[in-house]
Amino acid sequence: MSEYSLVAESVNKTFGRRLIFRDINFKLNSSTIFGISGPNGSGKSTLVKIIANIISPSSGKLVHSINGTEIKPEKLHNYIGLVSPYLVLYDEFTAYENLNYFSEIRGISFDKEKVDELLNKFLLFNRKDDLVKTYSSGMKQRLKFIFALMHSPQLIILDEPTSNLDDEGKEVVYQLVKEEGSRNVVIVASNEKTDLNLCTNKIDLNDYKV
Amino acid sequence: MKSLALFKKDLNSELRTRYAINALAMFIIVTLSIILFSIGNERISQSLTGGLFWVVIFFTSMSGLSRVFVSEEERGTSLTLQLIAAPSTVFSGKLLFNLILVFAMNTIIAILYSALFEAFVLRNFALFLVSFILGNIGLAFASTIIAAIISKAGAKGTLYPVLSFPILLPLILTSVQLTLFAMNGTSFETAKFELAIVVCYDVIILTVSYMLFDFIWKE
Repeated sequence: MSEYSLVAESVNKTFGRRLIFRDINFKLNSSTIFGISGPNGSGKSTLVKIIANIISPSSGKLVHSINGTEIKPEKLHNYIGLVSPYLVLYDEFTAYENLNYFSEIRGISFDKEKVDELLNKFLLFNRKDDLVKTYSSGMKQRLKFIFALMHSPQLIILDEPTSNLDDEGKEVVYQLVKEEGSRNVVIVASNEKTDLNLCTNKIDLNDYKV
Repeated sequence: MKSLALFKKDLNSELRTRYAINALAMFIIVTLSIILFSIGNERISQSLTGGLFWVVIFFTSMSGLSRVFVSEEERGTSLTLQLIAAPSTVFSGKLLFNLILVFAMNTIIAILYSALFEAFVLRNFALFLVSFILGNIGLAFASTIIAAIISKAGAKGTLYPVLSFPILLPLILTSVQLTLFAMNGTSFETAKFELAIVVCYDVIILTVSYMLFDFIWKE
């Protein structure tokens, strides 16, 4: 089993003159569930985007490694699965088409068995051939989980993971966090206490404002 | 292969949403109609015909080629692309899509233009073909990287032609000259300087695009 490691070294982020957070340091290894908490506007999503290599920190750095070897930034997307409210899938395609294109663009073969299993798990199998634009917000949120997990990533980042989900959907997510957290790195960014209950260690972004 | 998959996704998306094709088709029809109406029964000179040909191409490009990145940004799917592909894959896929679109669009313009304008007679067709291909490649390269830049900006619609004009000017001017050479029946030997300019333009724009795209793509 591969060992994933994520190290944050003095990560700071400012937008113009506004400080978002300062001097964030942590080290995460496989089999960790890490929580990021803080009220609205505290910078949870910003930190998530920095971890996912979507935006750069103003200073400091994040080092992603697999089995002790640093992962090159251009390869990083293959190791990360992200679920977030600002993630949008293609409305003009069906769920199956979306997932098929994502596999092809990633350069991996479409694992039909795994995708069907995930579709069943997230109760979307019967709607897999419907256009995403016909989905409810909760169904779109479930599809984002399949998108994030279909390539078996070692770092799973869940930003507001239970938004728009019903109780049944939330239970599936908590189960997933437990399962994935036992072998991979799972990061949960949320201001919902129940989302953060499973985390083995947490940071509150309010503590990184000065 | 990954770029090809992205191209396939974009093509299917375009066929379903008609995001760029409709805008391009309407622009070609409207521009050619306006030119025809404004000319009336006048017989226009060869040099004006060659110039107008590239004017139609430039403005039609401005109406549709930015969509390749702007549509992703407007729908919020840029982040999805960032999570599934390396920047070079995204740029190559989008470039391939714009290349095909530019060639299809400009071939239609050239056919309609030849049919509608009597003065558009090509005496050296081979020279026209070479300059047309090189010009289209340069247009696709430049318009793709400019589309990537403006997709992150606020006033996308206005910014695209404004930013494109100075960048495309050397290409358009040289292509107009080469089209005039082709209409006059000038030989390749005489036109080799202009051909070299277009080749250099294509190579420089492509190299700079790949070097800059990482910085443009990542906020």
